[in-house]
Amino acid sequence: MPKGGGWRPGARGARDGALPAKPTQTEIDALPAHQRPTSRELSRRSESAEHPFRAMRPDEGMSGSAPARLHTFPVWTRPTILIERTGQKEIVTAACPVALDLGLRPGMAAAHARALVPDLDVREADPKADRALLDRLALHAVGYWTPIASVADSDGLWLDLSGTTHLFGGEERFCRRLLRFLRRVGFTATIAIAGTPGAAHALARYGGAAITILPPGAESEAMVDLPLAALRLAPEALTAASRFGLERVGDLYPMPRGPLAKRLGLSTVTRLDQARGAVAEPIVPVIPFEVPRVERRLLEPIGTAEAITQVIGDLIDDMVTLLQARGLGLRAAVLSCLRVDGQEQRIGFGTARATRNATHLKRLAAMRVETIEPDLGIEAMALTAPRVEELHAAMIAAADLAGGDRAPDIAPLVDQLAGRVGEDALFRIVPRESDVPERAVRRAPALATPTGWPRWKRPVRLLKRPELLASVVALLPDHPPRRFVWRGRPYRVVAGDGPERIHGEWWRSRREMWAVRDYFRVEAEGGERFWLFRRGDGVEAPTGDLSWYMHGLFG
Amino acid sequence: MPAEFALSDRPHAEQLAVLRTQIAAAQAERGPALAFGIDALDSRLADHGLDGAGLHELAAASSTLNDDAAATLFAAGIAARFANKPGFTILWALTRFDLYAPGLEQVGLGPDRIFYAQGRKDAEVLAMAEDGLRDGSLACVVAEVKAADQTATRRLQLAASDGKTPILLYRRHRSRDRCPLEQPSSAMTRWRIGCAPSTRLPYAGVGRERWSIELVRQRSGNPFSLEVEACDDTGRLALPAAALHRAVAPVRALHQAA
Repeated sequence: MPKGGGWRPGARGARDGALPAKPTQTEIDALPAHQRPTSRELSRRSESAEHPFRAMRPDEGMSGSAPARLHTFPVWTRPTILIERTGQKEIVTAACPVALDLGLRPGMAAAHARALVPDLDVREADPKADRALLDRLALHAVGYWTPIASVADSDGLWLDLSGTTHLFGGEERFCRRLLRFLRRVGFTATIAIAGTPGAAHALARYGGAAITILPPGAESEAMVDLPLAALRLAPEALTAASRFGLERVGDLYPMPRGPLAKRLGLSTVTRLDQARGAVAEPIVPVIPFEVPRVERRLLEPIGTAEAITQVIGDLIDDMVTLLQARGLGLRAAVLSCLRVDGQEQRIGFGTARATRNATHLKRLAAMRVETIEPDLGIEAMALTAPRVEELHAAMIAAADLAGGDRAPDIAPLVDQLAGRVGEDALFRIVPRESDVPERAVRRAPALATPTGWPRWKRPVRLLKRPELLASVVALLPDHPPRRFVWRGRPYRVVAGDGPERIHGEWWRSRREMWAVRDYFRVEAEGGERFWLFRRGDGVEAPTGDLSWYMHGLFG
Repeated sequence: MPAEFALSDRPHAEQLAVLRTQIAAAQAERGPALAFGIDALDSRLADHGLDGAGLHELAAASSTLNDDAAATLFAAGIAARFANKPGFTILWALTRFDLYAPGLEQVGLGPDRIFYAQGRKDAEVLAMAEDGLRDGSLACVVAEVKAADQTATRRLQLAASDGKTPILLYRRHRSRDRCPLEQPSSAMTRWRIGCAPSTRLPYAGVGRERWSIELVRQRSGNPFSLEVEACDDTGRLALPAAALHRAVAPVRALHQAA
């Protein structure tokens, strides 16, 4: 019986002998496919599926959300190294654990590494992508862990944890949590917490432990045994120090500061002081981009079109002021209306070019007002601009100032038409680097500024695909046809131009390797002008089978 | 006015002068008409050219694709001449896109001068054309439709005179042997364009294309038909050079008469 005791005729519980006992797997297999019980009837949960939206990439750097998961967690079966080319040399920049075990080290020549390990997976390093990922991690840190975070060098992050770790249950637990998070995202990491950025930087890279937490004031002692490179010194300073026999950070402590600055440079002294806490070194935090957003909460719920238009107008005025202060222009906006019944309605509109013209935006929004369903009333409205671009004052030509005959701006019209038929329905045709006629054009956004085509004679209308001509009489190899039949009608040619030979694009497919089209412009007896082509040059057989096609029409 | 006219059968010279100045003022407000630059054509048009704030209709002489191409090029040439200042743009609204842009460039409509709007049906195309006209930022609008009734053309004509933008309404053939210009319309001019045999060259090759253009109807003017040479690369038409034995004789006769 169903829960609650309600009984319906024909319900599954009411069927004869429905679900008598749990059938065994052999019984199920014996049944035909359509009679087998569903997995729900067997009270079996279906397998967990990935959430459809979680795997999507978040918008780049916009919301500071978690970085996308790496597609596959790296399992190093083959030794893998990353190389970077500098001049004529290829240098190893990173090596996987397997490669490290085999003795490959970052900094060695790639040729050397290849010679040492025969079965080596060598890939190009991509420092830009690394940096982008680190930037996103820093943004995530700002969003979730601490307001002050920044990228340190090319391989680390600085987090200013003052007054934030207690939110995570102390420094120890915060570090463990951070490591877990990074492992989930696909990274290994070492973390050091110290009183100065310099000491934390050194201990995280040269300390050796996964988590190092220094008590306050212990920076100098902790760094005694670290190599000098831990202090972020310039390469010249490092070579000079090795010449003087200075290898560890502790070696610098007893040295008098004057001679030290003279021999290793003043920056060395500054770095040392920064690491020991004698000189302050502030972290320049990354500031996440805040999406412009304005909101109006209403005293009374509204429902009439006039009231809604009024509020939208006020919101747009607020948004324009906000955009003006930040030097931005709007490309896309989302208007969200919170109704009394708790439902939220979202309406989006976009512009073809960044703008903060209030009247134009109001007109765009007004085109969408009719799609709002106020129902019992709207109690709050908000306008966000998820896509903005920088918009500053632009130079105009002096001739425009004097003459006043300026070319009008069509961007507002494009927006208006896009609101009517959709953005894809507005386009320009721009050239593409190809001699094959149907490939020489492509669509581009309506505000593109394209260049032209070469001035070969071209028809004004092109058939969607070339149509085969019947009973063609033509002299080979390079004369236009004398007569042909197209769409059931015979034509007698009185004049012709050509041939214009167009070769196939051998880099696209094997079939086009030798293919040739000879195009002719012909005029038939009644004044009709056509664009025809013959496949093949009329001499070599592999260039085509000498069949004739109609491709376009001249006026 | 009627009372004044009732005084005498013929209007006075002052009244005529007033009317003329009113008409001239109205025409000056609409902007100058775009002349074809061909005397035989311009002199027979009521405005001595195409009104820069009005609706002009054109259609192919027959339903063949060749006449269709000729009518398209005729429209493109006019649009190119409307948009011949740098930075000006035209809108080409249509439902089925089979234009070939390199061909349009060869009558002066480069890809930087034109953008296309593809609607799903004729009503959308007409609505977009009207938006474009009222906006006033375009040099010209070309709309390709299969059907547009009197109301639609009236709307377009009003929008064109509001936005001071010309529109070329290209009516495509719906059936084989019914001219689309049979339907009533409130266009300023209505044209029918067809292909004509080109001049034979003394060597092998196709000469400059020729079209037979027919002005089916115009406001305050008479219909006529003419054979012209097709648009050059700036969209200008030309008159074909008359055959020698016909061109010379009447001129001499005139000289002798004078």
